[in-house]
Amino acid sequence: MKFSALVDVRLREGISDPAGATIERALPALGYQGVEGVTVGKTIRFTLEAETLAEAQTMAEELCASFLTNPVIEDAEVTVEAAS
Amino acid sequence: MTATVGVVVFPGTNCEADALEAVTSLGAQGRLLWHGEADLGDVDAVIVPGGFAHGDYLRPGAIARFSPVMDGVAKFAAKGGPVVGICNGFQVLTEAGLLPGALQKNKGLKFLCQPSVLRVESANSVLTSQAQVGDELSIPINHFEGNYTCSEQTLKQLQDEDRIVLTYVDNPNGSLGNIAGVCNETRNVVGLMPHPERACHELLGSMDGAVLLRSLLAS
Repeated sequence: MKFSALVDVRLREGISDPAGATIERALPALGYQGVEGVTVGKTIRFTLEAETLAEAQTMAEELCASFLTNPVIEDAEVTVEAAS
Repeated sequence: MTATVGVVVFPGTNCEADALEAVTSLGAQGRLLWHGEADLGDVDAVIVPGGFAHGDYLRPGAIARFSPVMDGVAKFAAKGGPVVGICNGFQVLTEAGLLPGALQKNKGLKFLCQPSVLRVESANSVLTSQAQVGDELSIPINHFEGNYTCSEQTLKQLQDEDRIVLTYVDNPNGSLGNIAGVCNETRNVVGLMPHPERACHELLGSMDGAVLLRSLLAS
């Protein structure tokens, strides 16, 4: 069966996020007040073949932990569902 | 006998010629090691130089770590062979698990290309054996992701085991504990963000990198 996976990668709390900080600093100049806590992460999407949803979830999480993220600086949330 | 230094080249590496020139000027032979080759051949030391290996896609070093040459580098290191990762090479070695911690984006939000003054914190590593603790060396930095970070537990271990080999006198990038370079448990793998190969000739404004590369050649 084919499953689609979405990996939402975020920098861990306390890790330097210059892209987020720069966006946040630019907002007042554009007329937006009170926007705080801007962070920039990345989203990785892929499809994978597996027998069951649980197997697909495990595979995606392994791939995420071993390659897609560096646990020293990043956290990730992995969402897997049957591909439509 | 003349030492032979292998200089690893990934697609996107751009400091291999500087590294070769520096080690050659110090009396060694240099040899480029293409990333697709797992066999390092007969080398006495390995430099993983700076650049943007595999375009730094995903994260600096994340993809380079899977190149066949890194198997060879890991085996060479496991046998006690001296390995130094400079700048992007340091990032590659942390991603490969040969050194602890990670390099995050600079605290000041800027790419930094400037001279920096380093303090030798430990002379017990393949890169610092010919220096003295307390020596101050002027060596340039050239990076965006050079802000060293690790867990509190790892930092304590590095301190307790005297594995922080170089620190910044005036921390330019926010690195935890002013760390500019660290070594592994067996002290034969060292990573640093500054570029000693760019400070080996008086025309370059500093020859302070020579003591580090001489240490590598002597190890």
